[in-house]
Amino acid sequence: MFKIIEKEFLAPTVARFVIEAPFIAPKRKPGNFVMLRVGKTGERIPITLVDSDVTKGTITLIVQGIGKTTKELLTKSAGDFLSDVVGPLGNPTPILEKKTVACIGGGVGTAELFPITKALNDAGCRVYSIIGGRSKELVILENEMKRSSHTAVVTTDDGSYGRKGIVTEPLKEWLDAKTGIEAVYAIGPLPMMRAVSNLTKNYGVKTYVSLNAIMVDGTGMCGGCRVTVAGKMKFACVDGPEFDGHDVDFDEMILRNRSYAAGEKTVLDRFEHAPGECRLEKMV
Amino acid sequence: MNTMKASERMKIPRQHSIEQNAEKRSHNFEEVSLGLDEVLALTEASRCLECKDPICMEGCPVNVDIKSFVQLVNEKKFVDAVKKIRESNFLPAICGRVCPQEEQCENVCTLGKKHDPVAIGKLERFVADYEMKSGQFTIPQIETKREGKVAVVGSGPSGLTCAAELAKYGYAVTLFEALHEVGGVLRYGIPEFRLPRTILDIEVERIQALGVKIYTNFVIGRTATVDELFKEWGFSAVFLGTGAGTPHFMGIPGESLNGVYSANEFLTRVNLMKAYKFPEYDTPIRLGKNVAVIGGGNTAMDGVRTSKRLGAEKAYLVYRRSRAEMPARLEEVHHAEEEGIEFLMLTNPTKILSDGNNNVVGMECQKMELGEPDASGRRKPVPISGSEFVLEVQTVIEAVGQAPNPIIQATTPGLETSKRSTVVVGEKQQTNRPGIFAGGDLTRGGATVILAMRDGKEAAAAIHGYLLERSK
Ligand SMILES: Cc1cc2nc3c(=O)[nH]c(=O)nc-3n(C[C@H](O)[C@H](O)[C@H](O)COP(=O)(O)OP(=O)(O)OC[C@H]3O[C@@H](n4cnc5c(N)ncnc54)[C@H](O)[C@@H]3O)c2cc1C
Ligand SMILES: Cc1cc2nc3c(=O)[nH]c(=O)nc-3n(C[C@H](O)[C@H](O)[C@H](O)COP(=O)(O)OP(=O)(O)OC[C@H]3O[C@@H](n4cnc5c(N)ncnc54)[C@H](O)[C@@H]3O)c2cc1C
Ligand code: FES
Repeated sequence: MFKIIEKEFLAPTVARFVIEAPFIAPKRKPGNFVMLRVGKTGERIPITLVDSDVTKGTITLIVQGIGKTTKELLTKSAGDFLSDVVGPLGNPTPILEKKTVACIGGGVGTAELFPITKALNDAGCRVYSIIGGRSKELVILENEMKRSSHTAVVTTDDGSYGRKGIVTEPLKEWLDAKTGIEAVYAIGPLPMMRAVSNLTKNYGVKTYVSLNAIMVDGTGMCGGCRVTVAGKMKFACVDGPEFDGHDVDFDEMILRNRSYAAGEKTVLDRFEHAPGECRLEKMV
Repeated sequence: MNTMKASERMKIPRQHSIEQNAEKRSHNFEEVSLGLDEVLALTEASRCLECKDPICMEGCPVNVDIKSFVQLVNEKKFVDAVKKIRESNFLPAICGRVCPQEEQCENVCTLGKKHDPVAIGKLERFVADYEMKSGQFTIPQIETKREGKVAVVGSGPSGLTCAAELAKYGYAVTLFEALHEVGGVLRYGIPEFRLPRTILDIEVERIQALGVKIYTNFVIGRTATVDELFKEWGFSAVFLGTGAGTPHFMGIPGESLNGVYSANEFLTRVNLMKAYKFPEYDTPIRLGKNVAVIGGGNTAMDGVRTSKRLGAEKAYLVYRRSRAEMPARLEEVHHAEEEGIEFLMLTNPTKILSDGNNNVVGMECQKMELGEPDASGRRKPVPISGSEFVLEVQTVIEAVGQAPNPIIQATTPGLETSKRSTVVVGEKQQTNRPGIFAGGDLTRGGATVILAMRDGKEAAAAIHGYLLERSK
């Protein structure tokens, strides 16, 4: 059992958790994730390790409620326990040193991107960041990202905060302005990562994307997380989760991620309409 | 004492287990075989010829003293009988259910030369179940506490056996398991209808009662490396029993369609994550009206029978060789047939077809015929041109073999591995790195439960020797 030490909402559907995990904390590297189960009948889901505190033996996760498991997690508070947390899994992100790079986060992807941004900044990189969200409430970690960036821009789809538009617009401007960006790190919804990759391909700029494939074990033993990269089958959990965005078959992955849409809806409905208490209310 | 003459014994037919009706069981996950009852077991045991030179013992990979245990059954000393088995086989209730007896002990049984062999596996299961039901199991006494901490990595049959044996020698043993539950393939692979989980749970409790400490959710190579187990955790020896969990895919077009599974994923979802109890359990499974399972081993058989139980109208087993070459346990093949599984032998899948939206709608196959023997001595299947046809299925499950998971090999510098990424061991399960031992599927590729146990036991003895030597 893994105890939740702190919990704080960063946005109406996004919360930060600090969890006791003394074996994982000292091993975390930017780009690593854990697999977790909220309760004994739950699904195993991958969540990125945003931070860790080695002396306290804790790890930090930031979670957006989108389906049953993540929404159930958001109902948990400090003092509650998670059944299982295992990690750190996946390959750490390659961190360039003393280069000019761009870090682009979309939605909860910004949480996954933050530890990488910080590591790049610490490694002497000049970091240009874009923090994207559908609307103002979904822009997270703005201050943290700004602190680790040379330049940071916020974009929202509806213009309710920052610049109106999508993340590729400022990126294109920077690339056109010859800011010297040598690599791009993009994490967010698949269509966003696809758009970024399509753009940077024209400029020949190396682009790392983190693939949120559906996972079961997270250790390479099921192949459920397989993705097609440069025409070859790769397991996102052990070969990734980061890949060269120019080689990823995003269209296939988008379709694969819909594999369980019906089942996901069934468990979410059951959860939200469970008799006794209104979980939706508790969550907000 | 069995007073019957040999000729009389030979006249008694082989006794059969009581089984759940095939139609009924093909819709539930309860155990197929209910085993022998006392009367059947006594009758079966009385068939044993009690050979002077019992070669059945040699047919057993761990050399269980079969003749003695069967004699004890004859004397109605069921608990003594299981104790006798346990001298060489740590998990009789499990082996009685899943060992390929027809290739081992029962294959060499003298009675089997002219008649059906003694149902040794069923007797093994009977006495193990008897002991469990009657609560007569006693935890072995640990005589001496010994210096030295040992880490066992992986909780499949090799790891469980190694941990238990080392605890009995008196060492402080810690077992590390990557998943959230213990048991390896016995937990996530073999379905409940062949191996009820209560049996596994009891075995795990027994191991804990021996003082073995278990960490689940702990991936060696990630949460701690093997070298850290020595340096930071203070272990004096490590046993690696991490199995062969990485699934192979055939490499045919269409494998990334929605509805294509490795058997490992399919079975893990169903067994470990309990997708068969969806939505009571959250993990979903996608099952079409018709399902094709590719392969001819136990894994394929488990996949296809599970599909049927989950409600597939048609569940096909597609295998490119002929029936005689299927590596699955004979009993499972019979059971699958009774349950209405359709066997498509000498059939090779060439392509999985999409509906245009990334969903499976069919599988293109080719008929095969047997040609010249290949490297394995089996006749090589060759395609018959113009024999292509499409099987209308919405789910495809590939059970075409698996390899060891490379995490440990990649994070343990200097550990010798083969081209097939198995870990290389010498006679006593010793790897090329001092203090590191290995066994089971990790060193053999895909093998069997009993061989994994054998390796675990050998390794425990070798580790004991190694630690004694070091403490001198
Ligand atoms: C390496 C990696 C790191 C991630 N890091 C974060 C993070 O830091 N914060 C965060 O909020 N989310 C993260 N995610 C996404 C998160 O895992 C999914 O949102 C979560 O699994 C959804 O589960 P659910 O039951 O709430 O929703 P569901 O209703 O089950 O699913 C909603 C969608 O999430 C995806 N999904 C479903 N099940 C899984 C699964 N078992 N594994 C992966 N994706 C799944 C599918 O695309 C699905 O359509 C990460 C995913 C990956 C692969
Ligand atoms: C579906 C199926 C059906 C089968 N049916 C039969 C049968 O009927 N009869 C028979 O004799 N054999 C059968 N087999 C084969 C048999 O199950 C295996 O040979 C046996 O389980 C191997 O045991 P093992 O201890 O080597 O490894 P496994 O049982 O594979 O266990 C390895 C364990 O190590 C864990 N692990 C892996 N990597 C790490 C790590 N880095 N850190 C920590 N833990 C780790 C895994 O999660 C797993 O729990 C079957 C196999 C399958 C897949
Ligand atoms: S999640 Fe199972 S192999 Fe990647």
